[in-house]
Amino acid sequence: MAYKIVASQCTGCSACEPECPNKAISEKDGIFLIDPKKCTECIGFFDEPQCVAVCPVDHTCIVDKNFPRYQR
Amino acid sequence: MEALMEPGRGVSERFSKLKGLAIAVAPHQGCGSTGGSGKSSCGSSAGSGDLPPDIWEKVKNHPCYSEEAHHHYARMHVAVAPACNIQCNYCNRKYDCANESRPGVVSERLTPEQAARKVLAVASEIPQMTVLGIAGPGDPLANPDKTFGTFERVAEAAPDIKLCLSTNGLALPDHVDRIKDFKVDHVTITINMIDPEVGARIYPWVFFRHKRYTGKDAAKLLSERQLEGLEMLTRAGILCKVNSVMIPGINDDHLVEVNKAVKSRGAFLHNIMPLISAPEHGTVFGLAGQRGPTAQELKALQDKCEGEMNMMRHCRQCRADAVGLLGEDRGAEFTTERIESMEIQYDAQKRQSYRDSVEVERAARKAAREEELLTLAGENSNRKILLAVATKGGGKVNEHFGHAKEFQIYEMSTAGSKFVGHRRVDLYCQGGYGEEDALAGVIRAINDCVAVLVAKIGACPKEELRKAGIEPVDQYAYGYIETAAISYYRSYLERLKAGAVADVERGDAVIRQGAFVEVGAPASQAA
Repeated sequence: MAYKIVASQCTGCSACEPECPNKAISEKDGIFLIDPKKCTECIGFFDEPQCVAVCPVDHTCIVDKNFPRYQR
Repeated sequence: MEALMEPGRGVSERFSKLKGLAIAVAPHQGCGSTGGSGKSSCGSSAGSGDLPPDIWEKVKNHPCYSEEAHHHYARMHVAVAPACNIQCNYCNRKYDCANESRPGVVSERLTPEQAARKVLAVASEIPQMTVLGIAGPGDPLANPDKTFGTFERVAEAAPDIKLCLSTNGLALPDHVDRIKDFKVDHVTITINMIDPEVGARIYPWVFFRHKRYTGKDAAKLLSERQLEGLEMLTRAGILCKVNSVMIPGINDDHLVEVNKAVKSRGAFLHNIMPLISAPEHGTVFGLAGQRGPTAQELKALQDKCEGEMNMMRHCRQCRADAVGLLGEDRGAEFTTERIESMEIQYDAQKRQSYRDSVEVERAARKAAREEELLTLAGENSNRKILLAVATKGGGKVNEHFGHAKEFQIYEMSTAGSKFVGHRRVDLYCQGGYGEEDALAGVIRAINDCVAVLVAKIGACPKEELRKAGIEPVDQYAYGYIETAAISYYRSYLERLKAGAVADVERGDAVIRQGAFVEVGAPASQAA
């Protein structure tokens, strides 16, 4: 799995971008996107996914079930 | 966090573009012809000449630190800092409406380059603009590269503009050195509690060093960092104001303890603001029906905390992109689109001569006040009253009742006049003259006042005000506020003695929660 950002919920505040240890987050037209190929769910870096922990709107950074669970 | 701590990436190379602008900057010659002696009226309230000269020098032209200055000088905020590192129950980052005015809300985010250009554009059109603040819409220190990148550019291009920032304090201890290096000499910390039990009801979480903390742990961590940051600022000689949001039933009594704690750690000014909370804002407090304080509840708490510490009462809780005198917002005049196409002529000389003329005006206002005050010398009444004043700046009674977006409130006693707050009201003139609902709203907002001093007022609102027990007074039109207020108060005492006015207690008043319309906004937006 990877995380994804629900576009309609994103305020574009940019808090998540510098927190991502994989530089998987980028901005497009004022809202932010996670590159699922780069996302490791923060496994190996932190105890909790950083985008989820810093996001000001609940249920905005969520698991993208289209992708398999990240394997170290 | 590592990326956040890295100093201004690419700042210098991007800055070289800005240098290409035609900017003539004369060396800063000090701030005006008078008032630097330390004897001038100063401090948070007009006329308290009790500040050391070095502090007075720092605050005298700062509208957010000096009540007297806020009649003459303007500030601007640039919204370069969207990210935040904590969540507050009075904030909802999803909500943004141009007609909405409160912290944390902006219409447009700027890059440091755009922000610096905007500052120069505003400074060249509004000579009163002396202060640049970064207050969000998130937390400036959760976006340090953007915040300090903006300061770096502005300090280079317009060294006469004072820099300040407003933070929740969580990241503050990590940045005090940089704040000092960038000559930011005014910092505001929002401190709503020192007790984690109280804090847990205000802050659902904080994000610190890669971890989200909740409940009392979050509040304890935040409080420790805030007080540590405050102590570090004090040691570094940086002037610090503390903002507190008064939330009835949650921290209202507790703010007396907060006041003591911040005073003992060297805070210069304490600003207790009413909670802004309406269900349509979608905040936790708004949705839960948490009310804000009434005007008299707020004043009573401010009075209680006003011992040796200056209390700020002129805060307008403005947006993170506000432009203009406090109480007005000219942000709509300076859109990014317009600024891109503007020819910017930054004339430091012209700005200095404007400030010189303001200082002459301030001195005249002060002299007039002192002369008028002598006329109260023989009075020994302990009767205090509140007066509402319609003003559009310059320290004068110069606004039409129906055009007033706010009223300034003065408490009168035989010691003279004291600014104790302001009340926002609707522009009731805009949707046609004398709409009854709007007028009723104005009356509710100044219901604790004995009279309202205006430049002009129509017959219909005059009659309604009288019915509500508030005397409309237009005889002091275009005079200085304090002079007019003292003169009115003297005649009030005489009439009271003669039994010509009824000696009744005024009631409480309502602090307005809704939208605040920008100057120049079309009438259709005012609805």
